[in-house]
Amino acid sequence: MSSRIWIMRDYVRCSGCRRCEIVCSLSHEGKIWPEASRIRIFAPFPGLEVPHLCAQCDDYPCVKACPVNALSTDEKTGAVIVDKEKCTGCGACIESCPGKVPYMHPTENYAVICDLCGGEPKCVEVCVESGYNALRISNDPGVNKKLHAIEPEVIAKDIAVNLFGEKGEEVI
Amino acid sequence: MPRGYAGKFLDVDLTREKIEETEIPEEILYRYFGGRGLAVKVLWDRLGRKWSSIDPLGPENILTVLTGPLTGFHPGSRICVSGKSPLSNGIVGATAGTEFAVELKCAGYDGIFITGKASNPVYLLITDDGCEIMDASHIWGKICEETIKILNTEVKRILTKRKPRIGLWREPSMIYIGPAGENLVRTAAVLTKLVHAAGYGGYGAVMGSKNLKAIVAKGRGPLPDTAAPKTVEILLNEYHKRLISRVRMRQWGTGYAGYAVGANLSSEPIRNWQEEWHDERNIGGPKYSARFWVKPYWADFNCTLSCMKISCIKSGRWKGDITDMPDYELEAYCGTNLGIFNPEDNVHMSALMDNLGLSGINAANTMGFAAELYQRGILTKEDLGFELKWGDAEAFTKLANLIVKREKIGNILAEGTYRAALKISEMKGIDVTRYAVHVKGIEVGAHGIRSGKDFHDKCYAANVQGGDHTSPAADPSPKDAGVWTELNAVFADSAVFCMFAVVPDLVWELTYAVTGWRIKEEEWCREQGRRIITLQRVLLLLGGPDIFWTPEKDDDNPRRFYEPLPTGPYKGKAAEKTVVERKKKEYYKAIGWDERGIPTEEELRRLGLEDIEKEVKKLRKQ
Ligand code: SF4
Ligand code: SF4
Ligand code: SF4
Repeated sequence: MSSRIWIMRDYVRCSGCRRCEIVCSLSHEGKIWPEASRIRIFAPFPGLEVPHLCAQCDDYPCVKACPVNALSTDEKTGAVIVDKEKCTGCGACIESCPGKVPYMHPTENYAVICDLCGGEPKCVEVCVESGYNALRISNDPGVNKKLHAIEPEVIAKDIAVNLFGEKGEEVI
Repeated sequence: MPRGYAGKFLDVDLTREKIEETEIPEEILYRYFGGRGLAVKVLWDRLGRKWSSIDPLGPENILTVLTGPLTGFHPGSRICVSGKSPLSNGIVGATAGTEFAVELKCAGYDGIFITGKASNPVYLLITDDGCEIMDASHIWGKICEETIKILNTEVKRILTKRKPRIGLWREPSMIYIGPAGENLVRTAAVLTKLVHAAGYGGYGAVMGSKNLKAIVAKGRGPLPDTAAPKTVEILLNEYHKRLISRVRMRQWGTGYAGYAVGANLSSEPIRNWQEEWHDERNIGGPKYSARFWVKPYWADFNCTLSCMKISCIKSGRWKGDITDMPDYELEAYCGTNLGIFNPEDNVHMSALMDNLGLSGINAANTMGFAAELYQRGILTKEDLGFELKWGDAEAFTKLANLIVKREKIGNILAEGTYRAALKISEMKGIDVTRYAVHVKGIEVGAHGIRSGKDFHDKCYAANVQGGDHTSPAADPSPKDAGVWTELNAVFADSAVFCMFAVVPDLVWELTYAVTGWRIKEEEWCREQGRRIITLQRVLLLLGGPDIFWTPEKDDDNPRRFYEPLPTGPYKGKAAEKTVVERKKKEYYKAIGWDERGIPTEEELRRLGLEDIEKEVKKLRKQ
């Protein structure tokens, strides 16, 4: 069986607790730092929380777009790995990503992308522990076709209608 | 600088359009922490000596918007707003759960002190680059839903334009007022996240009086350093395990209480507190969850209790209305207290308050008061322009709009229950203050005292925040871990986190790990907590300029609480004046005040508050 994993999202189940951001930034930055978390909860309107993180596209447009080869894929997990030394902060990966997932580290000059915590995603662990299950791990390669990198506002429009019906079209 | 703090505060003068960054010395932070405590200290220092002449809705009042050292670290982040209250003329620390508090700290600020009055409607935009005054004329007059939508889009656009290369900008977080605050309705709240409100105190009106529509924050920095980061992490893991095990609260929030408090405890306001018992199973959790809870688990930053639930009405005349559960307080105040027992109408009324920017407790208390006057024929169709019958959600919707627009009788009711009662008494030549369920200008929370099964005797009468049910007066000595009382509430509002998410046996350890201050409950209850409420008490009694309280007369329950309960298992029970008086005096004594509740000179010295002795002396002589 493949050791690749994907993080599946069930948006309407997201409570907006931000514990994923807390554990992600603690483990990658040593601090509680929501804006440096590899998973970020967008909320274009209250209640429409959108966990936003890398979807590991089949063709990895970001990896291809990087002009200095700072991005590579992890053989084991399939995560995109950023080489901080090589990255020049040009932003080509952001532009190439269909969901505009990568972003610049708030204080350093390199892009940050989810590294799947080497195969044991901390964000999923706490989300599942809390019983929200907005994030789940799948190692079924078949799921990857259902996992799209999409901009949070687009996703939020869907959630809005899902939760609020017609009213959802008004709030966002 | 102690740990847990960002280290800087913002001083904003809206009249002169001047913004400065200030620091507060560690010794003051240790004595007052943040939030409610620090607000009391700063308000005393800056306004204390002329307190009685300060108009709460005038430019010289200071609106404080403060986090505390535990904000962001303790589950359930909140912001605390305060200032001189236009309802009590003292100080209330009103908090609301929001990521705004975290954004503010991540931008590098522990809080904001706002004085003056902008010449035109403005909002404040706070980022890592500082604080700016922005034009808000295009959102002035807008309901809350639209305000959020416009500001989210606008601020994201501005930030993206400034720094386009960083990738997608996340939405900021904000606190704001609705039309109620703009029109200086004294029961207007400061709101956030569409359905959360810092309601007690009337600070929405204070914001409105400054022409300040909103404060929007986006911070890209980390939360401040802590004293023992690893310990913080370990404690948080334990905290979350405990919170996750609170099954009932997680599932129902306080929403289960809409039925339980009425049916079992007989302490739920019904028809302006004429009754406190009902057996209507339509009101409360299970019915609501099946019908409305489109998001059954909703949380604030770093909270896994997720006691909030988002409700949306799917069909019928209130289709599309969005609110939280409603929580117990609004099940009661926007439901039973208006004679509303229909779930749709209850959700609608709650959503309406959120959207107009009214405090769902305080303004709905005033509406219940008005409806009782209508029931008694004191207010008439001519005063209102329509009939105001119990349970008629259409009529109460009209009434809320009258209040917010200050039209007709709404202009009087916009003054809050007590002031409205004074005015209507004068207008009609009948004393209607007996129907006003408030304590020192603050409408009483939805927990009655008559059955003796819920809240008790002096808890409102002696409270420095009047009718505020989140911090009722209680014995100041530290309790066994697990019992959360008044001074613990003062702690939660000063360290600024959600009281529901507290784990009493871990909170002092977390405080130590975050701040490095080895403070224990015993010290808090002896020093900081008592210092804070002693200052609050003094400022409350200094009062003015329109209303002054006298301890003998005003340290008391609403008169209604002395009327026997007319229905239910505790029929016939009422508060007893002699018991209330005795308990009040015991409380005063325990807390270091004289028998009228004026802090003694000795106690002031013990607390290091000698500088207020001059003002207190005047109070002792009155
Ligand atoms: S931990 Fe789960 S529920 Fe909480 S914010 Fe993250 S994705 Fe949402
Ligand atoms: S989602 Fe974006 S960052 Fe992730 S692999 Fe696809 S293009 Fe790259
Ligand atoms: S898998 Fe790890 S790196 Fe990726 S978002 Fe979750 S916690 Fe962050």
